Amino acid sequence: MIHLIYLTVLFPLFGFLFNGILGPKIKNEKVIGIIGSGTIGIAFIIAVGALFETLALPVDQRLTIITLFQWIDVAGLNIHFAYQVDQLSLVMSLVVTGVGFIIHVYSIGYMHGDKSFWRFFTYLNLFIFAMMNLILADNFLLLFLGWEGVGLCSYLLIGFWYDRKFEKSTTASAGLKAFIVNRIGDFGFLLGMFLIYSTFGSLIFTDVFSRALSFNVPEHIFTLIAIFLFIGATGKSAQIPLLVWLPDAMAGPTPVSALIHAATMVTAGVYMVARCSIIYASAPTAMMVVAVIGVFTAFFAATIGLVQNDIKKVLAYSTISQLGYMFLALGAGAFSAGIFHVMTHAFFKALLFLGAGSVIHSMHDVQDIRHYGGLKKYMPITYGTFLVAATAISGIPPLSGFFSKDEILWYSYANLGIVFWLIGVITALLTAFYMFRLYFLTFEGKEKFDSHKTHPHESPKLMTVPLIALGVLSAIGGFIGIPEIFSGDHGNLFHTWLAPVFKSAEIKLMNIGSHSHFEEILFMAISIVAGVAGIYYAWYAYLKKPAVADKTASRFKGAYNILLNKYFLDEAYEASVVNPIVKGSENILWKIADNRIIDGTINNLAKLVDNISGTIKKIQTGVAQSYALVMILGVLIALLWLIISYS
Amino acid sequence: MQIPIEYYLILSAFMFSVGIVGVLTRRNAIVVFMSVELMLNSANLTLITFSSYLGDATGQLFVFFVMAVAAAEAAVGLAIIIAIFRNKLTVNIDEINILKW
Repeated sequence: MIHLIYLTVLFPLFGFLFNGILGPKIKNEKVIGIIGSGTIGIAFIIAVGALFETLALPVDQRLTIITLFQWIDVAGLNIHFAYQVDQLSLVMSLVVTGVGFIIHVYSIGYMHGDKSFWRFFTYLNLFIFAMMNLILADNFLLLFLGWEGVGLCSYLLIGFWYDRKFEKSTTASAGLKAFIVNRIGDFGFLLGMFLIYSTFGSLIFTDVFSRALSFNVPEHIFTLIAIFLFIGATGKSAQIPLLVWLPDAMAGPTPVSALIHAATMVTAGVYMVARCSIIYASAPTAMMVVAVIGVFTAFFAATIGLVQNDIKKVLAYSTISQLGYMFLALGAGAFSAGIFHVMTHAFFKALLFLGAGSVIHSMHDVQDIRHYGGLKKYMPITYGTFLVAATAISGIPPLSGFFSKDEILWYSYANLGIVFWLIGVITALLTAFYMFRLYFLTFEGKEKFDSHKTHPHESPKLMTVPLIALGVLSAIGGFIGIPEIFSGDHGNLFHTWLAPVFKSAEIKLMNIGSHSHFEEILFMAISIVAGVAGIYYAWYAYLKKPAVADKTASRFKGAYNILLNKYFLDEAYEASVVNPIVKGSENILWKIADNRIIDGTINNLAKLVDNISGTIKKIQTGVAQSYALVMILGVLIALLWLIISYS
Repeated sequence: MQIPIEYYLILSAFMFSVGIVGVLTRRNAIVVFMSVELMLNSANLTLITFSSYLGDATGQLFVFFVMAVAAAEAAVGLAIIIAIFRNKLTVNIDEINILKW
């Protein structure tokens, strides 16, 4: 099955072409839905087959490169369309195709009756195609192709309901915002890629990484490459300072938010940094930057999430915050912990979004959690699975989120220091609080909607079965990464599996924490306490004594407003970046550079020619005799010259 | 006694100069036209002179061509002058200066 891995890319491509070309003619939701999700299902089966085949191989031979054809061959730059199947790309492929398949199935129910049903599945399949290219690529350029492809799909899907309003503008402008912010990051990625090529003379992963070890490259070059690539990652994964697009990306249909803006695409940055672990390991400064950005993003996004009232907005900030955790792990040198969190996060965050979609679906597109309440009895399956996911993300054992988050916190303490750990734990507490605030306001308490107009109901089977599947994954997904101190001889299965990929990076870092088991268990207990405390306070403030929340909000009105307005980040960007560009373009580039300088040069040149010719045209009087005179004078001069030169 | 060749050439040069002066100074288009004919004929005279002097008939042959072309040119030229006269009621070439900027 390893050698069939290219089919995981081709099947989504087939689905994309089929739905894109025949979709508008077929109009049959069943056919489109089955083709759309079936192709992803087959891709998932192939990926599972490849996983088992790889498991059967000896540990040191688990890297297969499948070359399809030559893509570019210019002046020494030789790029193949080649896919690299190794432990890391397999984990990512399984998450993308697996979670992707579940979300595709869910979408059949969710998008039922939409006028552009076929277009939705076309974009979704194109997205999986691009994402698989990104993950399986064996070189930076192919990765970049996928990277841009998922960006395009993200743009298309955010603006999917292009005729709907979103906040103050339209969904189309939300899509545009995502696209432009991502473009800034991509610029950094491109620079990183150029620098890699000029330093190592290749863009193929295996070449670059082996040369990164053997070549004698100064550290500042590594730092520069790592920072440039990280700028790309901050764009794609919505980290400080390029995080502003993700909350607006919620303008898209909810399955899109689940698939692209929670489970898969936004983790591309994490994947890319993990893939380049050797480069980062060689640049301690860049590692520190990654860790600091990660931990601050985690914390700030969590604080914003505390006060948002739109169910999808809360989840969006939660996603940014969890992505921050992943970068914290990468920055701490715990690459496999970061990837582990990518996986568990894909499960529970996709579940949260799909649950939110199910709620929105039954509440007729109302997204404000203040108008929910008491939905528990109307939608039991959504309620149950949402509770599982919320508990998982809060880090309560034995659900999946606990294992991955706790590991990140542990490594941030062991490799970076107590400050990072402390911010991480506070963020975990905040996470538990805002997640359960969401849960209590939505499913528990009094019904705050008009029960005469709105009749909440459980979603159809097509939507609830995917919820259950993801619920099971969120609950048990963490068991493949049980920490070593509990699992005994087996060690941490997930780490053992990924270890060969990160071996050279980890040797280089030499992060051997001389910490005792006692410390590890102590810190684990603290993070569990933090999660429980967050949940308890949410219960107290929103269910037991609902007045507490309002009172707190009015007591800290200033802070509350800052958080509600997302630290005025959008406004700050508006004032510091967008407006100067718009005003500068208008006043300098348009009115001066274009109108005065460029147009002025052209017009004045033309005027000059006009003036000169206006003067010299007077020679032509139209009097034939004067022309004859000049001619004769000319002949005379010629004759004279002849006579002189002969004699 | 033969007339020396210089006589012919001087006569021809004189005729040519008269033609030039006529072309440059006269106002009447028909007179200008006649002056042009004078210049042509002075050239013809030169051709014949040398033809006879060198004992080669090519020059005389060429004169016939020149005369034929001159006749055709006279026909066209006069037609143009008539057309202009019909339009402007004058053949004064100082007034016929519309072919300018």
